[in-house]
Amino acid sequence: MAARTRRRFSIGRTTAWIYLIGVLFVTVFPFYWILRTALSNNYALLANPSSLLPVGFTWGPFRRVLGLASAEESLAEGGSGASLQLGHYLVNSVVYATLTTALIVFFSLIAAYAFSRLQWRGREFMFGLFLTALMVPGILTLLPNFVLVKELGLLNTFAGMILPYALFSAFNIFFLRQFMLGLPTEIEEAAMLDGAGRLRVLFRITLPMTSGPTITLSILGFISMWNDYFWPLLVTSDESVQPLTLALAVFKQSSPQAQPDWAGLMAATLVAALPMLVLFMIFGRRIVNSIGFSGIK
Amino acid sequence: MALTEATVPGASEAVARRRKATRRPPNANSPAHRGDARLAWILIAPALIGFLVFAVYPTLRGVYLSFTDFKVLTPPVWVGLANYIELLQDDVFWASLGVTVYFVVLSVALCMVISVLTAAALHRLTSSTVVRGLVILPFLISGVVAATIWSWMLDTQLGIVNVVIQWLGGDGVLFLTSRGWAIPSIALISVWKQMGYTAIIIFAGLQTIPPSIYEAGRIDGASELQMFFRLTLPLLRPILALVLVLNVIGAFQVFDIVQVATKGGPANASNVLQMYIYSKAFGQFDFGYASAMSLALFAILIVITFLQMRLLRASESETN
Repeated sequence: MAARTRRRFSIGRTTAWIYLIGVLFVTVFPFYWILRTALSNNYALLANPSSLLPVGFTWGPFRRVLGLASAEESLAEGGSGASLQLGHYLVNSVVYATLTTALIVFFSLIAAYAFSRLQWRGREFMFGLFLTALMVPGILTLLPNFVLVKELGLLNTFAGMILPYALFSAFNIFFLRQFMLGLPTEIEEAAMLDGAGRLRVLFRITLPMTSGPTITLSILGFISMWNDYFWPLLVTSDESVQPLTLALAVFKQSSPQAQPDWAGLMAATLVAALPMLVLFMIFGRRIVNSIGFSGIK
Repeated sequence: MALTEATVPGASEAVARRRKATRRPPNANSPAHRGDARLAWILIAPALIGFLVFAVYPTLRGVYLSFTDFKVLTPPVWVGLANYIELLQDDVFWASLGVTVYFVVLSVALCMVISVLTAAALHRLTSSTVVRGLVILPFLISGVVAATIWSWMLDTQLGIVNVVIQWLGGDGVLFLTSRGWAIPSIALISVWKQMGYTAIIIFAGLQTIPPSIYEAGRIDGASELQMFFRLTLPLLRPILALVLVLNVIGAFQVFDIVQVATKGGPANASNVLQMYIYSKAFGQFDFGYASAMSLALFAILIVITFLQMRLLRASESETN
């Protein structure tokens, strides 16, 4: 069957393959180009912009953006002479993305438990109320939230960055509640007959059984927090708490118009994207599946 | 955030359906559920606080601020409709809205076409997760990173794209520094970043179509192209409507790519709404006016979401 189909539609299939390979090339090539540029000497790039291999191979650009290069060394390779301490922003990004993701997933889990397992007056009403939040886009709450965080004196603190995204997510609660409603309750009921309390059941039985969607939501949440730019831009001006995305944007904007340090910029880009690429290596299949899943739900 | 918006239309309907099916008899007084209410309120307390403080309150406050003159450092002063009247007469706002709509149409149309073709090709040709993983790679990086990469690749003198164009005999293109090319270039960057995500969602939709339909089509002598237009596209309509609105809502709020790639220039040629709102609020500290613009943008998004729901419902009645 398959062989016959292949023969009959060979022209169509060939065209489709050429198209797909074209798409894959455009998708993946920029990633190679980052690496190639980041390992080049910025002066040498001027002379040879089209070489497929690094021009004047050097680790210099990485040394520059990690603050390991001296000003002379940096200038000699076409850097701006200013050094960037990406390592420190990397830590900020890890703190911001990890804490926010961990908190929001945990708070969503316990709320989903209340909405799927407990019997209480007002349950359906509260759930419906929470879901209305799905209708409100970020643009409407960003400015007032900035004013609020400012009034609370939390500008330039991790608390100010994290709090608005750490407590409540209508999507997470909805997603987890749906999953919990689909889980069989026999084990939980048996445990309760044996005298286990609600909280014990929640933490020892329900949460472990929900690990699949929990991991999915954690990955998706981590990706979006890691890449977040607008909110940190509003509430942080102090580099002690700024995440990588901000540092990279500032580095890009402050590089000299006449002759930007492209090699350094690409090295910084790679450092900023690296954790996502590592995550992708480990969880690639799960990421692909969970994105498909999130659309169908 | 994209995910939250992704589920707006589908979610609420699914909930309504599911809720009816799973509503249990109210046996709150049975021994097994004694004490449930207290525990429930404790468990939802963090979410409830977050909901009230960071969603409800700022929404209401945003509406209030849009009727005030508010410069952050001094308390807001009620000015009635003044901000909205100013908005109607603000040429920069209208120009900015025009630029945004141009960007939305261009980027979403391109993204949808390429995504559907890619999803269909993936579906027919390969079940490899690696290939799908590669397609989705750009979604994992931030808009800032994407804009930085492409600023380099589209650079006038040294960018590889212009080098190739000149090698092919063409003239160099001022991708990010000319008025005509700024928005198309930003749309290109945005499509590059967003396409894989959209394609994977559509791909997941394709997998729900039973293969027997295609076999029936083949027996009837339909060609691959005919089956694509007569079977695949109509059956995909609900999911296409979903990703369409998802992309439109996202595109209307484009910011980071623009800020890094062009800063809204040259000469406001890529000054999209979110850029203008940001510069009003944080460049000129005119929070009242910025809030009014946010609300206007919100109104636009509501209308689009509403149209999307109509689209969804129309397709449901057709297939069921």
